[in-house]
Amino acid sequence: MASESVKLSKNLLRMKFMQRRLDAETKKQLEEDERRIISDEHWYLDLPELKAKENLIIEERSFVPCEDLKYGRLSFGGFNPEVEKLMALMNPREEEEEEEEDLSQMQTDITDEEMALRYESLVGSMKKKFATKRERAAQEADEENQKEVKRAFVKPQD
Amino acid sequence: MFSTVRERVGEVLLPGDEFSFEAEEKISLTAPVKSEKVVCGPGLRRCGDRLVVFKSGVLRHKEPNVFWIDSQQRRYVPAKGESIIGIVTAKSGDVFKVDFGGSEQASLSYLTFEGATKRNRPNVQVGDLVFAQFLIANKDMEPELVCIDSSGRANGMGVFGAGGLLFRVSLGLVRRLLAPHSDIRSDLEQLFPCELVVGMNGRIWVKSATVQQTLIIANLLQSAETMTAQQRQQLFRKVQQGAF
Repeated sequence: MASESVKLSKNLLRMKFMQRRLDAETKKQLEEDERRIISDEHWYLDLPELKAKENLIIEERSFVPCEDLKYGRLSFGGFNPEVEKLMALMNPREEEEEEEEDLSQMQTDITDEEMALRYESLVGSMKKKFATKRERAAQEADEENQKEVKRAFVKPQD
Repeated sequence: MFSTVRERVGEVLLPGDEFSFEAEEKISLTAPVKSEKVVCGPGLRRCGDRLVVFKSGVLRHKEPNVFWIDSQQRRYVPAKGESIIGIVTAKSGDVFKVDFGGSEQASLSYLTFEGATKRNRPNVQVGDLVFAQFLIANKDMEPELVCIDSSGRANGMGVFGAGGLLFRVSLGLVRRLLAPHSDIRSDLEQLFPCELVVGMNGRIWVKSATVQQTLIIANLLQSAETMTAQQRQQLFRKVQQGAF
């Protein structure tokens, strides 16, 4: 390579049009040199390191979150229905107990039985999907037979 | 960890009282490490590792770790997020100047009303009452009000106040009125149909079916300030009997 036979100066190598010719190693070396120059020039204050302490105290300037104050628009006795709607919207605290009940319901929203029932119907449709043509035809025939049986007229008993 | 503060809950504290947590942090090394955060509300200020009291009043506590000073005052100091009743005092360019009873007037941009755009300006006149909340409430800066919440909806804020009465009470009474399970509110509820707008800055606006009823409610609220619960209930009962 040219770099072995003729030594090019570093400044020349750093130029943009020379970058293409550089192989990986010299490139890395150049970068390192540059970094060293920068870090040498970089100065810092000779101070003890500031400890980033976790701040355990949070300031809050307002009474509203401390005392759980309500929203400032009130209407009594149906004087202003719009505001009464607003009151219900902005003060959800009143329904605290109900909410708790709801939460407990949420956890058992779908019972195991319901889930099983739902998957029961899925089993059939998935089975249909993977069945061969002949099997499918057989199944459909079966179903039709069953349906016909179901629709048969039942003579009322005397 | 904050047992020093916890011990003094319910006591009267004065400005200058301090709580320090440093000594306890050393002890807590043996105990399981818990990163308990404490919220210091109005009246308490963080100063390095210490907690300094700067209002005189009773120390209150709410689970898990909220402490504040319950004090009586009439001068309102804006706090971010609080909703207040303001009076528009000037229209200048794209902001309104609003007087809310603090040390300085707040600015209220015309764009911070529900449905307002650059073309469609809200109809706000000088002298109108606005129910607004603080977006910026910094001791070094001009406070800034908005009439919408973060999702752009008014939710009861904005211009109001046709045919009602505005009056001032102390900040403590406002807090008593808005507290959950408030006695005054439940007493008032039984009186007659009325509408109230309560600003955290101590302004209350009342509207009722007749001027007379409006005045009665205003007087009741103003006098409820210095009454015990019994006296108040007696007075409310008397008014109710007189009204019907």
